[in-house]
Amino acid sequence: MKKFRKIIEKFIEAVLFSSSTITSLTVILIIIFLFKEGIGLFKSSPLEKNYVIEVSKKNPVKELNATQLKAIFNQDITNWSLVGGNNDSIILFTTSNITDYYSEEELGSNLEHLNEKMGEFIIQHPNAIMYISSKSLPVGFGGHNVKVKDISVNDFIFGKQWYPTSEPIPSYGIWPMIIGTLMVTLGALLIAIPLGISTAIFMAEVAHIRIRNVLKPVIELLSGIPSVVFGFFGLIIIVPMIQQTFHLVVGETVLAGSIILGIMALPTIITITEDALRTTPQSLKEASLALGATRWQTLVRVVIPYSKSGISTAIILGIGRAIGETMAVLMVTGNASNIPHSFLVPTRTIPATIAAELGEVSYGGLHFKALFALGIVLFLFTIIINLTVEFVKNSGKRSRA
Amino acid sequence: MIQASAKNINVWYGDFLALKEINMSFEPNSVTALIGPSGCGKSTFLRLFNRMNDLISNFKLEGKITVNDKDIYAKDVKIDEIRKSIGMVFQKPNPFPKSIYENVAYGLRVNGVNDRRTLDETVERSLKQAALWDEVKDNLKKSAMSISGGQQQRLCIARALAVEPSLILMDEPASALDPISTAKIEELIFELKKEFTIIIVTHNLQQAGRISDYTGFFYLGELIEHDKTQKMFLNPSQERTQNYITGRFG
Amino acid sequence: MVVIILFSILGFIIYRGISVISWDFLTKMPDDGMTKGGILPAIVGTGYLVLGSMIFAFPIGVLSGIYTHEYLKDSWLKTFIRFMTNNLSGIPSIVFGLFGMALFVNYLKFGDSIIAGSLTLGLLTLPVVIRTTEEALKSVEDSLRLGSYALGATKLQTIHRVILPVAYPNIITGLILSIGRVSGETAPILFTVAAYFLPKLPSSIHDQVMALPYHLYVLATSGTNMEKTRPMAYGTAFVLISIVLIINTLASILRRRLGKKVKMN
Repeated sequence: MKKFRKIIEKFIEAVLFSSSTITSLTVILIIIFLFKEGIGLFKSSPLEKNYVIEVSKKNPVKELNATQLKAIFNQDITNWSLVGGNNDSIILFTTSNITDYYSEEELGSNLEHLNEKMGEFIIQHPNAIMYISSKSLPVGFGGHNVKVKDISVNDFIFGKQWYPTSEPIPSYGIWPMIIGTLMVTLGALLIAIPLGISTAIFMAEVAHIRIRNVLKPVIELLSGIPSVVFGFFGLIIIVPMIQQTFHLVVGETVLAGSIILGIMALPTIITITEDALRTTPQSLKEASLALGATRWQTLVRVVIPYSKSGISTAIILGIGRAIGETMAVLMVTGNASNIPHSFLVPTRTIPATIAAELGEVSYGGLHFKALFALGIVLFLFTIIINLTVEFVKNSGKRSRA
Repeated sequence: MIQASAKNINVWYGDFLALKEINMSFEPNSVTALIGPSGCGKSTFLRLFNRMNDLISNFKLEGKITVNDKDIYAKDVKIDEIRKSIGMVFQKPNPFPKSIYENVAYGLRVNGVNDRRTLDETVERSLKQAALWDEVKDNLKKSAMSISGGQQQRLCIARALAVEPSLILMDEPASALDPISTAKIEELIFELKKEFTIIIVTHNLQQAGRISDYTGFFYLGELIEHDKTQKMFLNPSQERTQNYITGRFG
Repeated sequence: MVVIILFSILGFIIYRGISVISWDFLTKMPDDGMTKGGILPAIVGTGYLVLGSMIFAFPIGVLSGIYTHEYLKDSWLKTFIRFMTNNLSGIPSIVFGLFGMALFVNYLKFGDSIIAGSLTLGLLTLPVVIRTTEEALKSVEDSLRLGSYALGATKLQTIHRVILPVAYPNIITGLILSIGRVSGETAPILFTVAAYFLPKLPSSIHDQVMALPYHLYVLATSGTNMEKTRPMAYGTAFVLISIVLIINTLASILRRRLGKKVKMN
């Protein structure tokens, strides 16, 4: 009987232990899966699967990078000499402008002559660059393949253009989103920090216990409102308000995002700051008051310095909440992927981009990988924030000990 | 005859040597008071006897503790068995948020006793021993949190008695109580020693003088003096004991 | 100021939403490009998702909280588990969405389904449940633990008979609050379960469902007929907010009730 009970206790302890490992396991799995899907972006050619870039055998150009290709197909570069070839002008050929050169009869009703015509074309136009399906290449094709450089981490992070579906070369530059995310977050903090901290001070130090008892659940409630509801409210009230106040064409701006995020970050900042202020020992406060300091002086010189690390934690967690927030921002910032130069233009953030686009991409494609790579960036942001919080907390503990 | 003893005890918390070379033994049906200034190690010493110090992570013990001639730190000893045979009463009353009845029955239930008759008998006997029966016998189903602090402490004593311990440890059992409740607890201790051996830690020298047969004086982790209470208080052999008792430090 | 913000949001949505609410709105399928009919499938879908995620997150979260608070001594393991739990709670919900899609939908081949969505939501709430449990256990006085050990109770007996009975009102309250949180989440279900328009009720856990928050998002941003979908959006927002309000109130009532009960007997 005794032995049986011992075994049961051991068993239950094992169950408890395995439960407690689930969170760690999840974090590790998240890392594995994000990287598994996302890192592939940097090992692949920016071309669509099964598509190739071909030039004439006489053309000396062997390799191009994504930017050059893009410029060629946008006709910003029109001469081969600019990309290391002979001084000849470039002729563009893609499957979409094929009818400029061949009539439908020539290609055949089921495009049965397509491959044959491709072979003809490259011989007739030695200065052409062709973006075609590798299946359309005839046997004995008279051209050679141009290698396209893989997408680099550098291009991804500092690239200024995000055209994930453009042909033939999509652009996956997330710099505008990084800036957009940071600007929206910054704006949110400018709103939430002063308001949040002053509310917390009011609640912890000034307010009557009865007012506090009302405020506390109100703030809890505010943090419980779903983010889509915030987004909806922003879309209907704040966006038109901004549009009218500043006489803008569209009201969906960085500012709208900041206001909504500011409101959403408030509960986090208020609760944690208030807790931090509350931990100041009564004896410290009394000592200060006994020396003739006013309540305000005590607050500024004793209470706030004492709770410094708690307040910093509150702010950093507020940043974390703002950076990761998806739906509300998606609904009010207008989703334009250009670098915002003021608070009154549309922008898009990293999480909003993922939410808006992941539903429309094909599984395993480049665009899909790019969105997971965005997920990695976001994840790294939050890890940095968490580490900072941990660091601030510990340094706070040490300076007090 | 010896009920419990400590031989060559050294206790560390990490690098800190909390108890140095303690030797002490306790006779059956005696009350021994442990006195000394705060931090002198008397509570640590008390908690050695039911292995409560094991809950502290960097605790280390050298020496031998025996209760009823059994080495309670021996490898094959089960901690919960030890704790069951030794009662403990804490500084602040700590009844569980259950009914009075369930509080007293707790020690039996966790040891697998669920027979109604046995439980009823034990609860009544323990409450009577703790001089609480007359006050609560009509309200056994009431929450233990609803009775007064002094009653709660006697309930905790009853709870400890229910498992029929041979030794009762008391860690300043009256320090959180008013003078009347304290007097009741002291009276109770006087009754209890007819059946049990009691070791009690106290800050209150008068209390030690009133209730104990023996007194041990601890100072900075050392047992300075251990003798009959009367002799200790009237004619201590050590100067430091004299100074402490007459209030020159501590 | 904060109060004004809250009440302007609540007031606005309640004011506009209440006129839309009718028995039909709550019990009918959406119809005619979502301009008519009700939101029943979204309500039912959210119900299933909440239920599913809680079946997963409650037991694991509570057990995990008990282990980290009662069993683990201060060691690197405790620091590590704490750190990972904190990390998990800091990860944005959209990243959970990505993860859920990669693991449950694609890798484990659940497809877009209630089970994939529930598991994703469950993982999201797990840190909240763990923290709630730990806080509740922390508020149990140490003297009770010592008192129980001193009577020869084992650790498990102490937890089962003394600590949990004292801590459970707080645990339950926390759990209820986390239900409110789950029912409003949108980002994690976007790619794991949510259906844009699916006017039928799910028949198994492998079905897609509509969900209230996603439905509101759809109505607010991508309706083809804004004028006509607006009232539906107000109504949906109203239902969503009501759920959160009801859950919050329930939690605070329960906290008071159970708190009292534990003291009484």
